[in-house]
Amino acid sequence: MSDGAVDRKGVPVRLDKVSFSYGEAPIAFDVAFAAAEITAIMGPSGSGKSTLLNLVAGFETPQSGRVLIGGTDVAAVPPAARPVSMVFQENNLFAHLSVEQNVGLGRSPSLRLTEADQAAIAEALERTGLGGKEKRLPRELSGGERQRVALARVLVRDRPVLLLDEPFASLGPALRDDMLDLVAGLHAERGMTVLFVTHQPQDAHRIGQNVVFLDNGTVAAVGSADDFFAGAGPEAFRRYVGESAGNAVSRDIARKPT
Amino acid sequence: MQRADPRISAGIIALAAITLLIGGAFAGLLVEGAHDLSGAWAAFDPYLLRVVRFTLWQAILSTLLSVIPALFVARALSRHPRFFGRAFILQLFAVPLALPAIVAALGILALYGRAGYFAGVFSAIGGQGWPGIYGLSGILVAHVFFNLPLATRLFLEALRTIPADQWRLANQLGMGALSAFRLIEWPTLRAALPGVAGLVFMLCITSFTIVLTLGGGPAATTLEVGIYQALRFDFDPARAVALTMLQIALTFVVVLVLTRLGANVVGDTNLPVAPRRYLSVNGTETTLNAVLIVLALLFVVGPMAATVMAGLGADLGRLAGEATVRQATLTSAVLAFLSALLAVMLSLALTMARRALALNRRAGPKTLLEHTTDTGASFVLVVPPIVIGAGWFLLLRHAGDVFAIAPVMVVTVNAVMAMPFALRAVRPAYDAASERHERLCAQLGISGWARLRLVDWPSLRRPLATAFAFAMALSLGDLGVIALFGSDSVQTLPYLLLARMGSYRTEDAAGLALLLGLVCLALVLAADWLGREKVRNV
Repeated sequence: MSDGAVDRKGVPVRLDKVSFSYGEAPIAFDVAFAAAEITAIMGPSGSGKSTLLNLVAGFETPQSGRVLIGGTDVAAVPPAARPVSMVFQENNLFAHLSVEQNVGLGRSPSLRLTEADQAAIAEALERTGLGGKEKRLPRELSGGERQRVALARVLVRDRPVLLLDEPFASLGPALRDDMLDLVAGLHAERGMTVLFVTHQPQDAHRIGQNVVFLDNGTVAAVGSADDFFAGAGPEAFRRYVGESAGNAVSRDIARKPT
Repeated sequence: MQRADPRISAGIIALAAITLLIGGAFAGLLVEGAHDLSGAWAAFDPYLLRVVRFTLWQAILSTLLSVIPALFVARALSRHPRFFGRAFILQLFAVPLALPAIVAALGILALYGRAGYFAGVFSAIGGQGWPGIYGLSGILVAHVFFNLPLATRLFLEALRTIPADQWRLANQLGMGALSAFRLIEWPTLRAALPGVAGLVFMLCITSFTIVLTLGGGPAATTLEVGIYQALRFDFDPARAVALTMLQIALTFVVVLVLTRLGANVVGDTNLPVAPRRYLSVNGTETTLNAVLIVLALLFVVGPMAATVMAGLGADLGRLAGEATVRQATLTSAVLAFLSALLAVMLSLALTMARRALALNRRAGPKTLLEHTTDTGASFVLVVPPIVIGAGWFLLLRHAGDVFAIAPVMVVTVNAVMAMPFALRAVRPAYDAASERHERLCAQLGISGWARLRLVDWPSLRRPLATAFAFAMALSLGDLGVIALFGSDSVQTLPYLLLARMGSYRTEDAAGLALLLGLVCLALVLAADWLGREKVRNV
């Protein structure tokens, strides 16, 4: 990645001996995410991927340990005040509000928008390929377009950390690639720290610079994406990814957009 | 994360208001009882025992007469999942739920009363003058009119839960109607029976208007009517306290038994939809079922038709011009509107608080507050409106003019009584919306007023309107509280109707009943329609 285009830097995210338990499965994370890089978080179902993002976003509170964003302990900071934006797999939009309003909520939670806000919203919609669809309702959009609206809102919110919780899992392969490229493009412009939960090795390899592999509620392995997909990852990761990954990777390497 | 959520504060305020209303009533009763302890004891005389016995007796008979036929009508309807007019019959069976009791009572009198449409027929059969159906028979007919359709719909819903595969299997094994009933239908019905019978029993034991209008004398008086008479006619507060205490004890025991049986004390207004069935019904059974359904239909439609016919026979033009009628209509409309508004606000506050508490709690055990906002709310139904009214009546009679607070009592008591029904409309919608929006709102910092305006209001508009219309219909038709507090200066339509009946101006009463019935029906239909239209989700 060329650093020349980056005018705003992401901040590092760290989970310092965080423990958490929801029901029975205990969770213990001790991991750091490099600033301004895209880290793919992978692991089997129930390994704690979404919980990790929820802890960073502030939807869950650790039982012990600290969550540090940009070096600051955010324990007392409510979700909206954290320097974080998050895109969920679904329900990212309010069904009764227009595209424009849904994006506008990223600027003002009461939708009181200044002219500067309006300009930023229009620009974000243009950038995410939604120009001309400002007045539409979410139900008049395709699944991919809805996630574009969510990404446009991320742009106007302009926070240094972006959390992606399998946002493209329900899209078809081609559409998913387009969306990944869009995320990679936004990352190139804004340089935010991206934590990207995905089940798809291809996705992780397509835009991920690092990989954090979770297993059974702990961090099982950390490394660069290139190492992981070159077969240097841990045994558990290779078993999780299976045979298909190797093929997918070799096909995708040439198209990696960064 | 654990800062005070305004939603929880709203719930606490709502609970405090409800507690004040019910607590005040109990305080009134206790103060009065302590004031005249010997008088209260002396009130436990043979007459009182007779009243208790009659209360139980009419409720048992009403329950049996409603529930047993309902079993077979429901079965007949379930054996024929598709025929012309089936949906319409089920719609008609929902109408009694919407009709104010006093309107139904009038319809029954117009049909079977001494001067009713059937009086000539009955006189010819009996060989002597038809005395009309006052007393126990009148009460029973009215209770069955209300509860047979209700029980039928509930049983039908139970039968609908039988998996289609069981029917396919029964068909393949060549089960006849009797074996299918014994092996498939009866086990399901038996499971639903205690709940349905319990609900009907509860409704009959707390029935006020029917007994007041059709009871026709001291021989057929229940506890609730006794409370009313003690306060309004004999002015015997000690007796009122004794009767109220008995009524509370009785409903408490009934509800305790009901909850043990797993009964749903709130009832339901949903229409069962016919599923695909694999049935073979032979000719004899079809005829039998048809006869059953037609009989039940005639029984339910009769009083409704009589209400309409008698109402159209009234001098509606003159009634509409009468100042008293206009005033009562206006009073009813305003009070019912305020009552519905209050009911909706209470239920919304409780819903939001319950959800917020559940979200804060995560996996831990429920707190007492959450329990109270959850199931606790529907237990207000245990306290009959007459009891709350009587308590406040006794408390306030020392403080000045009791009748001056009539509007406040009517609005608040009816609002609290309608609240459990409103909750059922509002809560699922709010919880579903919250499920979708909660994290997004937290992430974007949308809270308080902005959240209500931008997020909650759009998804709650329709369910709130449903709850409002239903609460307004309930409040509009209520005769319980206004019977105690009504006076010449504050009259609602049901109160005026009762007064006209009392002074034998039957035609006027019929006209008013038609008006009241139509308005309530329109409101409930609106509530149903608003509730059915689904909000599209992303």
